[in-house]
Amino acid sequence: MKVSDVVEKLGLKVLSGAKGLDLEVTGCYVSDLLSDVMGKADAGQIWITLQTHRNVMAIASLKDLAAVILVSDLLPEDDTAKQSEEENIPVLGTHLPTFEIAGKLYALLTK
Amino acid sequence: MHFTYNVEGGNFTRAGYASSEIKKILKQLNVDLAIIKRTVVASYEAEVNIVAHAYSGTIFVDITPETILIKFVDEGPGIPDIAMAMKEGFSTATSKVREMGFGAGMGLPNIRKNVDNMNITSEVGKGTVLELTMYLQ
Ligand SMILES: Nc1ncnc2c1ncn2[C@@H]1O[C@H](COP(=O)(O)OP(=O)(O)O)[C@@H](O)[C@H]1O
Ligand SMILES: [Mg+2]
Repeated sequence: MKVSDVVEKLGLKVLSGAKGLDLEVTGCYVSDLLSDVMGKADAGQIWITLQTHRNVMAIASLKDLAAVILVSDLLPEDDTAKQSEEENIPVLGTHLPTFEIAGKLYALLTK
Repeated sequence: MHFTYNVEGGNFTRAGYASSEIKKILKQLNVDLAIIKRTVVASYEAEVNIVAHAYSGTIFVDITPETILIKFVDEGPGIPDIAMAMKEGFSTATSKVREMGFGAGMGLPNIRKNVDNMNITSEVGKGTVLELTMYLQ
């Protein structure tokens, strides 16, 4: 499944980094602790978080993540969006809180 | 091959820049992907520790066919009790830093888990030296 499929099926907004929508999704990791993501997330995963600052993109890039989903209508900070464009890693948005969007993505990826 | 990077204490917008450069170099050298991944985790955590806990620092990278050596030298408050600092969950990070999702006290444990060898020395009031080694063969 591609990031674009996830966007379409879960009704996500593409907030930045649309050039990365073709990236292949291998799974998902949910955490707001950066060291936790650094230590445990894997390449190709979508990261669900409420953190909106630029370090999120630094980690997404270092870990080769497929995309970041910001929950509860949060928006990326300007330099976060900029780095997402530069790295071609999409930042996606949803009005749903973490539990609900994670549940939906889990259902989609394990179907 | 030698590379050097400067790290500014307190400047979180640039945190991860040096680690990203190191990752690019290792990729260009066709280093085994599993080793790159482990190196990147350790390097990022050590870089962020300079940003979060020290005033300034320098990263020295030395790559040979046998090893990747990365030395993080900082000027900062130093670590009074290294054994305590190594413990999962121990952190002196400020609440502002914690709100950003840093300061979970998982950095040094993450480093230990991912490198082949780590050596840390510190002098209170002066700074900290962290040496990481990855074996390529
Ligand atoms: N370079 C450093 N200079 C001074 N103190 C440090 C340094 N690196 C780590 N420490 C100390 O060790 C603690 C644990 O580090 P770490 O495991 O990375 O957790 P965290 O950075 O989340 O606090 C830090 O909170 C800090 O007190
Ligand atoms: Mg740390």
